[in-house]
Amino acid sequence: MPDQQQPYEPERAVAGTGMGGGMDLAASEAATLEPDPERPDGARPQDRPRSLWSDAWRDLRRNPVFLVSALVICFLVLIAIWPSLIAPGNPLSCDLARAQDGPSPGHPFGFDGQGCDVYTRTVHGARASVTVGVCATLGVAVLGSVLGALAGFFGGGWDAVLSRITDVFFAIPVVLGGLVLLSVVTSNTVWPVVGFIVLLGWPQIYRIARGSVITAKQHDYVQAARALGASDARILLRHIAPNAVAPVIVVATIALGTYISLEATLSYLGVGLKPPSVSWGIEISAASPYVRNAPHALLWPAGALAVTVLAFIMLGDAVRDALDPKLR
Amino acid sequence: MRGRTRVQWALAVAVAVLPLAACTSGAGAAGGSVLSSSWGDPQNPLEPSNTNEVQGGKVLDMIFRGLKRYNPRTGRAENMLAERIDTTDSRTYHVTVKDGWTFSNGEPVTARSFVDAWNYGASLRNNQKNAYFFGYIEGYDKVHPDSGKQTADTLSGLKVTGPRTFTVTLGQKFSTFPDTLGYAAFAPLPRAFFTHHKAWLDKPIGNGPYTVESYTKGAQMYLKKWAGYPGPDKARNDGVTLMVYTDSNTAYTDVLAGNLDLADDIPAGQLKNVSSDLDGRYINTPAGILQTLAFPFYDKAWNTEGARKVRTGLSMAINRAQITKTLFRNTRTPATDWTSPVLGEDGGYQAGLCGAACEYRPAEAKKLVQEGGGLPGGQVRITYNADTGSHKEWVDAVCNSINNALGDDRACVGNPVGTFADFRNQISQHKMPGPFRAGWQMDYPLIQNFLQPLYYTDASSNDGKWSNKQFDALVDRANAETGQKAAIGLFQQAEKVVRDNMAAIPLWYQNGSAGYSERLRNVALNPFSVPVYNEIEVG
Amino acid sequence: MARYLVRRLLQMIPVFVGATLLIFLMVNVMGDPVAGLCGERACDSATAAQLEREFGLDKPVWQQYATYMANVFTGDFGTAFNGQPVTELMATAFPVTIRLTLVAIVFEIVIGIALGVVTGLRRGRPVDTAVLLGTLVVISVPTFVTGLLLQLLLGVKWGWVRPSVSPQAPLDELILPGLVLASVSLAYVTRLTRTSIAENRRADYVRTAVAKGLPRRRVVVRHLLRNSLIPVVTFIGTDIGALMGGAIVTERIFNIHGVGYQLYQGILRQNTQTVVGFVTVLVLVFLVANLLVDLLYAVLDPRIRYA
Repeated sequence: MPDQQQPYEPERAVAGTGMGGGMDLAASEAATLEPDPERPDGARPQDRPRSLWSDAWRDLRRNPVFLVSALVICFLVLIAIWPSLIAPGNPLSCDLARAQDGPSPGHPFGFDGQGCDVYTRTVHGARASVTVGVCATLGVAVLGSVLGALAGFFGGGWDAVLSRITDVFFAIPVVLGGLVLLSVVTSNTVWPVVGFIVLLGWPQIYRIARGSVITAKQHDYVQAARALGASDARILLRHIAPNAVAPVIVVATIALGTYISLEATLSYLGVGLKPPSVSWGIEISAASPYVRNAPHALLWPAGALAVTVLAFIMLGDAVRDALDPKLR
Repeated sequence: MRGRTRVQWALAVAVAVLPLAACTSGAGAAGGSVLSSSWGDPQNPLEPSNTNEVQGGKVLDMIFRGLKRYNPRTGRAENMLAERIDTTDSRTYHVTVKDGWTFSNGEPVTARSFVDAWNYGASLRNNQKNAYFFGYIEGYDKVHPDSGKQTADTLSGLKVTGPRTFTVTLGQKFSTFPDTLGYAAFAPLPRAFFTHHKAWLDKPIGNGPYTVESYTKGAQMYLKKWAGYPGPDKARNDGVTLMVYTDSNTAYTDVLAGNLDLADDIPAGQLKNVSSDLDGRYINTPAGILQTLAFPFYDKAWNTEGARKVRTGLSMAINRAQITKTLFRNTRTPATDWTSPVLGEDGGYQAGLCGAACEYRPAEAKKLVQEGGGLPGGQVRITYNADTGSHKEWVDAVCNSINNALGDDRACVGNPVGTFADFRNQISQHKMPGPFRAGWQMDYPLIQNFLQPLYYTDASSNDGKWSNKQFDALVDRANAETGQKAAIGLFQQAEKVVRDNMAAIPLWYQNGSAGYSERLRNVALNPFSVPVYNEIEVG
Repeated sequence: MARYLVRRLLQMIPVFVGATLLIFLMVNVMGDPVAGLCGERACDSATAAQLEREFGLDKPVWQQYATYMANVFTGDFGTAFNGQPVTELMATAFPVTIRLTLVAIVFEIVIGIALGVVTGLRRGRPVDTAVLLGTLVVISVPTFVTGLLLQLLLGVKWGWVRPSVSPQAPLDELILPGLVLASVSLAYVTRLTRTSIAENRRADYVRTAVAKGLPRRRVVVRHLLRNSLIPVVTFIGTDIGALMGGAIVTERIFNIHGVGYQLYQGILRQNTQTVVGFVTVLVLVFLVANLLVDLLYAVLDPRIRYA
């Protein structure tokens, strides 16, 4: 078993201040262990025992990046719930005679290969795509990071079993998994697709989270907390999680975009969303072969996807910054 | 024998190279006028009676010549190795093989070469996927019983009567049987096929205008012109390198970049720009392929008098002209009968036989569907396989057309199935929930081939299990008819039965398409959408 | 350390058995491959039965699996439907794919980490924004389109590279496909590195190193980068298998007859022998890659020890 031994070496100085915001990514080299006189966070008053998470929230509310990205996401959710608010047309009404036509009055984005209005399809595609992207990412992130954190923190048998399970999951080709697991589904909703992505996606976040936790738990403030008698749960949640969450956020926000595309791959294989569903992924993959002749049909749904990913990347960045006490 | 072959090879090479060296001094050292062409990895071992798809067929067409050959332009069956095929009763045929033909290893092509090959193809133990082609020959049920062990190794209907003569006795009358003999499954095979089977598979030996010089499975095959080829259709180039492409788009791009000489099957996304890209070096010619929508007649809902009207209504709701023009860019032609234009008027093709039922008439369509009691289950789901051939696009277009005609945006939806194998399984298990994609690529250019396998009761490709006594009787009579013309007339009558019942909705006739480099001249596709390699000139 | 290694190697046995069994069952669940083999026209029942017998499909699944595994241990991975031994397919596919994967990973490491360091040190500057935009393009435009356009531009318009890869697949022809294959992963690696660098550059040891008067280069490479690499290394480790087995689109665009293609074909044709054979090798690659990643943790961060 990968027994990540706790390095309780006595000569290693306990440099971190431990609790709350006074965290410190400990040094890996002896030379850097000497206390740094210019610690900006050293000046933080110790008499205000506010938690890291509430600090983070206070920071976030003032961060324009966060506000803008949150606004974009709210807008996306709104049109996902109520697409006809801004696109009253019927996404299923298509006239082949107008296939691949460019923009015209009333049809600002032009027409796709089947003669459907790209604007209406893009707006109405938000529901399926945002649901798949957000729900699958949440599922993958929660499942992957919880299991990864546990495996990385406790090591030993837990780690061995979970890690070997992920090895098996990694080995399942997406195409095979999709054809086998999704072809039996008759449901007309996005949930089988979400479930499938979570099932095949969690090992990646698991690995990332596990790696981060393994590093974080070597840090001095963890040793300090342990020495002070903190429980495993407290150490994991209050000390390790905030320091290990950054890579998970980074991977998850990018994965959100790839999951929206993956839905299209699955639909292309005939096992994703059942026709006549509308989604960005389906629009993008339908327009791809014709990119030389009708780039506009690809541009708009791809642009919507890009904006969504951008909003979540910014949100993730803001959250990560808020969680990083050294930036205060 | 081996040594002799070597010597012949050397001679052949010398013969081929000498005149070449004399006239094409400018050509590179790579071997002069050799062209490269796109290819797909054959699914099955390259045995003639085991090859049931176009890519393997391409090679067989280059290295084999049978008793008959279909004229690459007209599709007419013409004698190739056959000196004559005589019959008096449309049941027993006396075949005489021409003198002077040999395999590329020097072995003469005799009556036995044919009889052995056909017996091999028919025998159950050899697992040949085209075995059913020999099903007309007497004794087939003994060598290839439907169940249980075979009780004979050879077809009792095949008898060698001389070095170059043999007789074929059929189980029933079949007047156009000689015209089926151009199909690759009926090719002759050399002794080496039976004695050194593995070696033969690695490097097949045949009697066609090309010989296999080298074959790297999954990558490429180099076919060299056989200088000693005794036939009239000698290769006009020095050879062909078939390169395996997994995506026709890559092959197309390679033609643009000058890496490849010939790409058949132009991808749909490039059709709009192909003429300007290739400056007219693009051909688009009719092939014997018909796309239809078949129906599950085993499902009661689709097998009623009302459903007949619904089927006709659906057919009228499909705007074929617009789909073939917009989506397929005229690489398909709206179908107006159940055969193919490559048969020609004499062969039984009859434009407009379908009549109004194949025209776009949305108002009438809506009326007919209503009269027929509406769509079974309230919605039609067109089933197709998603893994090959981008069927999603046209199914979506057909559905949109139906939806627009019927004024209901959920009247028709596509029902993709992940893999071709699963699609075929669901068909054979009678699980189709509604109309399904059916494509028919002819085996030989006869009207019989477009009707009997598809609509005769329990025929091999009658996937919808349609059954009609009147149709069966007409086909039987047509097959028994000795005169070609009368037979075709009867087949056309049978086709009208198909029409009146709308047993399947004909969609469009498929064309073959190809683009080629500046080096090539005289490029053409035969009615099977395979390039006529031996006629291509390089340089 | 040695004990740890032995333990990890022993763990591979259950994973190997589990993964092969799982894949075997999955391909089996897909149904009868014979129907697909016969093409549009169904084989007659006798031929179909004969084919099933020949491929051993008439036996119960557990027996098929047992026979298959027994053969695998003698080095016989079965035959594909076109009569080619699977080992032969592997011998041609794996070398090509390994080269392609190597090119992709080199791109990920060199470009991804370099961009990550630059953007991490210059957060919010134009270069950071430009890389972010590039990331968005890579994520939202399918590989198929980027590959196609690059192929058309570099291969046909400008004639810099061959649009397709020849069967021998030499390294220089794999540069463009490798870049296309790496593109999405590049986005991950860049952002992971950027975040780690941004997080660690305020760490005490960095300030210490700067205060000591170490040259900037040395601070970045030896102190900052080394401590920021663990998430990146983890990601690349998980990515190796995905690159090798999942390069279906890239391999198709550039006509590379590699593992992704063979696997895809095997799955579509439901050829158990091909699929299980290729996946078996991929599982081994995963196991080794993940082991290496775990060992690299200890190299990058000496406080992590394995006993």
